[in-house]
Amino acid sequence: MWVDVLIILLKVLVVLLVLIHLGALLTWAERKQSAAIQDRIGPNRARIAGRAAMGLFHALADGIKMVTKEDFVPAGAHRTLHTLAPAAALFPALVVFAAIPFGDVLRIGERVIPLQIADLNVGIVYIFAISSMAVYGTMLAGWASNNNYALLGGLRASSQMISYEITMGLSIIGVLMIYESAQLNVIVQKQGELLWGFLPKWGIVVQPAAFFLFLAAAMAENKRVPFDLPEGESEIIGYFVEYSSMKFAMFFLAEFVEIVIVSGLVATLFFGGWQVPYLYADGFHWPFGLGVWQLPHLLVVLLQVAAFGFKVLIGCWVLLTVRWTLPRFRYDQVMHLGWKILLELAFVNLLITAVVVLLIT
Amino acid sequence: MNMLPLLITFVLAGLVCALMLSLSRLFGPRRPTPVKSEPFECGMDQMEQPRRQFSVKFSVVAMLFIVFDIEVAFLYPWAVMFRRLDVAGFLAVLVFLGLLTVAFVYAWRRGALEWN
Repeated sequence: MWVDVLIILLKVLVVLLVLIHLGALLTWAERKQSAAIQDRIGPNRARIAGRAAMGLFHALADGIKMVTKEDFVPAGAHRTLHTLAPAAALFPALVVFAAIPFGDVLRIGERVIPLQIADLNVGIVYIFAISSMAVYGTMLAGWASNNNYALLGGLRASSQMISYEITMGLSIIGVLMIYESAQLNVIVQKQGELLWGFLPKWGIVVQPAAFFLFLAAAMAENKRVPFDLPEGESEIIGYFVEYSSMKFAMFFLAEFVEIVIVSGLVATLFFGGWQVPYLYADGFHWPFGLGVWQLPHLLVVLLQVAAFGFKVLIGCWVLLTVRWTLPRFRYDQVMHLGWKILLELAFVNLLITAVVVLLIT
Repeated sequence: MNMLPLLITFVLAGLVCALMLSLSRLFGPRRPTPVKSEPFECGMDQMEQPRRQFSVKFSVVAMLFIVFDIEVAFLYPWAVMFRRLDVAGFLAVLVFLGLLTVAFVYAWRRGALEWN
């Protein structure tokens, strides 16, 4: 009993620490990558013991700087809500990962440890329920700041987020139909099956349109370029203009943790989660009758967790790269794209999937 | 036991948020001045009170969102049971979607989705 609780505590701690640190590292990756794309050097000054480590310590230096800045609340602002808003933005991003499996099960002696914090049978519903709470952060921040720009930015942000949430929810219904489950670990397990004996039945293979719809909608949810008009640092003042010190850092961190979450979801739903092609619990089963490689259990688990991590990192990299590839939308274009194009495409994808699945069975 | 991991996650994530909120209270300076605490408006005096009326379009979007988000929530259980419900289930959902599509087309034709 106590060992069980301890194991859960350990898993939660590891996941939270990885999320926060990956989020902080992504701020560095984003700056360094933008520098590389724009032919600049980028962060290179912060040093520990004379080593710059490619500017890696800037993430740490930024954190220290944020902590020592004045925590400022503008006159006329609603103090409680102004303080709660950054927490309302960061909290959902931190807890949503609980339903995402980062590995199958780890067996140590008699004990079976699922490599997932909570194996909910409605994992998908949990993820959407929690991630839509993030809109409170932007709305409260905009409203509580007593600032015209913040209010308008908050309105822009919240209506954009709720618009794209529908597409995000609709686009994965096809995935649920094919894998017949809303439990994320089951969805991942079913992606280990093979089509025609060699092609892994990953979401991207059976639902390619859903992948692009989901990615576009998730990026809009995340308020990243090209959907960054709620808070375009370079031109548009947005909902957290009146935030300073760690409160600002929390909005910033929430954005980067959300990048990790989106990559994790994309990997789980469309790229087989922790599955490695042809790798099963006892080793590699090669297609075309090429035989079986037996592998020890621990190595299999390590490979699976590493595969999930690799997929998440690739997803983060794609999301960071998109920023320097696409220009920003105008607000009417964002709403047009969300309501009049993506929503319809998601519907059509849903109907086509339904008809095809019915015809096959 | 099933919900305990979630509870632990919520408590720990809440602690992280509380810690971050209190960190700059503890370590940051505190020197408010009247000018500093004015709401940011490019150095001008604030012309209008922020908590004013805003465009009705935002509330229309919010209403449409509620309708369609509930629709999506209804579709999840259907999608999971899809193969077992077979054609009958599909036809029932088609009626449901058809009704919503009528409402959506109405909203579209009335210009609820136009932004200019």
